[in-house]
Amino acid sequence: MQVLYGRHHVRVFRFGLRLVRDEQVAEDLISEVFLDVWRQAGKFEGRSAVSTWLLAITRFKALSALRRRKDVELDDEAANAIEDTSDDPEVTAQKKDTGVALRKCLTALSQEIVDLVYYHEKSVEEVAEIVGIPENTVKTRLFYARKKLAELLKAAGVERGWP
Amino acid sequence: MMATSKKILEQEPSEIEMLLPWHAAGTLNTRDARRVEEALARDPELAKQYAVIREEYAETIDLNESLGAPSARAMQKLFAAIDGEPARKPSASFNISAGISGFFARLSPRTLAWSASLGALALLLQAGVIGAVLMKNQNAAFQTASLSTNEPLTRDLSVGAPPPRALVRFAPDARIADITALLDTYQASIIDGAKGGMFRLQFNNRALSKDEFAGLLRKLQGEKIVSLAVAAQ
Repeated sequence: MQVLYGRHHVRVFRFGLRLVRDEQVAEDLISEVFLDVWRQAGKFEGRSAVSTWLLAITRFKALSALRRRKDVELDDEAANAIEDTSDDPEVTAQKKDTGVALRKCLTALSQEIVDLVYYHEKSVEEVAEIVGIPENTVKTRLFYARKKLAELLKAAGVERGWP
Repeated sequence: MMATSKKILEQEPSEIEMLLPWHAAGTLNTRDARRVEEALARDPELAKQYAVIREEYAETIDLNESLGAPSARAMQKLFAAIDGEPARKPSASFNISAGISGFFARLSPRTLAWSASLGALALLLQAGVIGAVLMKNQNAAFQTASLSTNEPLTRDLSVGAPPPRALVRFAPDARIADITALLDTYQASIIDGAKGGMFRLQFNNRALSKDEFAGLLRKLQGEKIVSLAVAAQ
């Protein structure tokens, strides 16, 4: 278990943190996830990568934690927050740096599929397994998440030439 | 914004367009990767969108890497909980995973932890032996025009300010000889990898300004065998 934990806990923590947006809750999550793994090791049939199995459990537990916590920010509120800061000269200067703006918008967007594909390097099939949706839905969901990201960037004053 | 959203939703993306993010992440199968490559070569608009996707990809990695790691509290909590778990009976199932699970269930958490530590030590020793064998045989297998076989691939970076570092993903078809030549050209060494397919490269100990380093990264990104290069800590 120590080897498994040592190998995967940081990525599990980061995935959980992006979902629940609270370090304390994310730390509690990883304990719960690995305890579940300890309890249910017999159910793992090796048909998918261990990391895919871990991320699926993390997602399930994060969503349960979010349901329990009512004060979590909604995506739209986060998006509005970005537009609200546009009058601040310091922030305006920062937005000129596309990388900074992009990261801010990615933070606000908080789309699990974006993280799963880009950071956790999961294939279409693996994302479908983690999120529990058909593969075609995975593709369209990421496409529209990226469109949403483009809208957020546009609202933040950054044009990238797409769409 | 509403009008924009409506307009966007009316445009149906093509199959290839939807695969671009996986192509950037290097997780497509060979057949789909080839289809995407061909489409990128003949469609400038698609190539433009792909450039935007690579930017998103790099920033998403950067963002996640900046999130840090959990404290030791999480691990302490986990192992305290495991210690408190009731002993389980081994499964009667004949399937292999259940058998393995049953075996581990019979061990106490502490015994398992010691076994895991011994296993990790054995792996380290094995890695050391493999590394030694590879270094010994290096001159026969990977010699290139730019590689001196009498010198190790790493360089002395022990003096001066912390040297610049980058996370680099090599193209799937990159050969070891090409990578060695690239490291030589850039006076770089691999100091960590491959985590998630990314290698951490460290450049020579010459101090670089922000602009110089950005230029170096752009040049590196332009290399045929490099599919992604971003600054790293």
